[in-house]
Amino acid sequence: MTTHYLVLSALLFVIGGVGVLVRRNAIVVFMCVELMLNACNLAFVTFARQNGNLDGQIIAFFVMIVAAAEVVIGLAIIVTIFRTRRSASVDDVNLLKY
Amino acid sequence: MEPAKIIEHSGGVIGVSWLLIALPLLGAAVLLLGGRKTDRFGHLLGVATAVASFVVGVLVFLQLLGFDPAERRRTVPLYDFIPGLTKMGLLVDPLSISFVLLITGVGSLIHIYSIGYMAHDPNRRRFFAYLNLFVAAMLLLVLADNYIGLYVGWEGVGLASYLLIGFWQHKPSAATAAKKAFIVNRVGDFGLAIAIFTIFTAFNTVSFAGVMESGAHPSQGTLTAIGLLLLLGACGKSAQLPLQSWLLDAMEGPTPVSALIHAATMVTAGVYLVTRSGAMFFPEGSTAAIAVTIVGVATLLAGAIIGTAKDDIKKALAGSTMSQIGYMMLAAGVGPAGYAFAIAHLITHGFFKADMFLGAGSVMHAMNDEVDMRKYGGLRKVMPITFATFLIGYLAIIGFPLLSGYFTKDGIIESAMEHNATLGWLAVLGAGITGFYMSRLVFMTFFGQKRWEADAHPHESPAVMTWPLIILSVGSIFLGGFLILGNRFMTFLAPAVGRPEHLPSFHPFSVAGLVTLALVAAGAALAWFKYGAAEVPVTAPRGSFLTTFARRDLYGDALNEALFMRPGQWLTRLAVFFDNRGIDGLVNGIAAGIGGTSGRLRRVQTGFVRSYALSIFVGAAILVGAWFVVGNL
Repeated sequence: MTTHYLVLSALLFVIGGVGVLVRRNAIVVFMCVELMLNACNLAFVTFARQNGNLDGQIIAFFVMIVAAAEVVIGLAIIVTIFRTRRSASVDDVNLLKY
Repeated sequence: MEPAKIIEHSGGVIGVSWLLIALPLLGAAVLLLGGRKTDRFGHLLGVATAVASFVVGVLVFLQLLGFDPAERRRTVPLYDFIPGLTKMGLLVDPLSISFVLLITGVGSLIHIYSIGYMAHDPNRRRFFAYLNLFVAAMLLLVLADNYIGLYVGWEGVGLASYLLIGFWQHKPSAATAAKKAFIVNRVGDFGLAIAIFTIFTAFNTVSFAGVMESGAHPSQGTLTAIGLLLLLGACGKSAQLPLQSWLLDAMEGPTPVSALIHAATMVTAGVYLVTRSGAMFFPEGSTAAIAVTIVGVATLLAGAIIGTAKDDIKKALAGSTMSQIGYMMLAAGVGPAGYAFAIAHLITHGFFKADMFLGAGSVMHAMNDEVDMRKYGGLRKVMPITFATFLIGYLAIIGFPLLSGYFTKDGIIESAMEHNATLGWLAVLGAGITGFYMSRLVFMTFFGQKRWEADAHPHESPAVMTWPLIILSVGSIFLGGFLILGNRFMTFLAPAVGRPEHLPSFHPFSVAGLVTLALVAAGAALAWFKYGAAEVPVTAPRGSFLTTFARRDLYGDALNEALFMRPGQWLTRLAVFFDNRGIDGLVNGIAAGIGGTSGRLRRVQTGFVRSYALSIFVGAAILVGAWFVVGNL
């Protein structure tokens, strides 16, 4: 039973990871990051249920709060970049380099 | 007889004998710090301090004469020089007071002479400042009651000598000669410094009294090493073989400097050092004492041979100075029997050689600073006073009977003869060569045809220059007889340096004395036929192999160049190569390596977020993988 949840969690995590690596659109990359976070949440909750205590569930709440804060800042940055550069592609934002 | 004990003294003129050093030092300080403001009276102040120092010296001498001979070694404590190591004090004894009177007496005369000689030099004030500095340093050298004080004076006279040889520093030859003198002297000073370190290690004190009365008995090897190192120091300062090469070039300085520093006083410091340390480090028959006699004989012959071939009047006199100091060293190496003769010859030599150097300066003054004797000739009629005084100095140095040099040099030859016949006969031979080269010098300068340059108008020098000559020539006549007859000087000096049990008696007709006179006469006659009666060519003939040998200073410079200068240059070139290629290569290589690597490494910072994400992902994967591997071990 637990194994199924964990396999699902791993699948979601890999889908998110691949999305972060291959997609150019900043919004999509962002959504993929959210996917990875939630895959982690699923794993936490699974273990909480398996072990019969609430630690994992509490951590899942913390992750959600941090993710919400992160979304606020991240989306703000993306919108600002889009306003100035007329592009949401992460490959166009490459000025900070050697 | 052993040297007397050194006793502490206070009060009287001896109590303020530091004035001897302080007066000329004050003069030098005022003239150097006062700058151009003192130009107007600088020469007068310089003379005044030197003469005042001489007056103090005479008063100290008179007070010293008032004591019983066994109590004539007085030390005057001044202050704690180096706490825990040595106190500074002045040692007033017959030996040091003899030097004081010579330095301040002849020094004052030369100061006075310089007023006239340097009259047209824009830097006359600076010249007098340096002369005063020299007198102060030289007095410190002979008066210090410990080796470190002596060393300070020793370096002080070296500095003054350097400044004065290079006084006309606009001439490259003078600047080079000054550097050469300083560097060659460094070799000797190195020996002296090591000797003082060794003395301190062996005796735990550096004062003369402490060393003399120390209960320590260092090994024979240590004593010999100290003696040889002191001899090295003496060789440097006194231009003895093998450190003789600087003296001939030192003639680039103004002539009064050559007279005072490079003939009468500073170059005799080596003889002082050997005599002062004699009882401890050069006992009769010791290795060090034998080395001193050998150095002395070798130098007296080398100097005489160099003197025979030089056409530059000052260089011929410099060769002669080397040779005469060789005589003094020889006598100092003989031991108590020779000390009195060494110092007596040193004093009379101070007079007649200063006399001749100043005479040569007077001639140069008259001949537009020409130094080539081949362009002199027939000067005796136009410069009668210079000629007469020079003639007296000349007769004194070749040992003409009853003049100063006759008594003192004969004493040296006799004591050397008694010590070792070979050394004695070599000294006799040296006297014969002296007769030749000095006669050559006099005949070429004052006799024969006029070979002057067209624009030369020789004239007698002013009174301020001739009076010192006259006084010095009077000393050259009488001083030797006064000191030697009746063993007056040996008895006076005995408390300071000791004397043999049997006082030598003066034999006017000893075999060695007669042979010396015959050789001198033969040398003078040969010089007359070659340079007096015959015509002297204005340009020097090529000469034989031997002439070239003597002209080139016995290839001393060539030898130094081959043995030290060229290997030294190779060494520096090697060091430069090693520094440029090795050390710089290593340092620059590391820097270039790091720079190049980081230049490549920073290309990783592409600015693309996705590649950063990839590297984080790969890094995380590796970490997790490693964790699995480690966890399963």
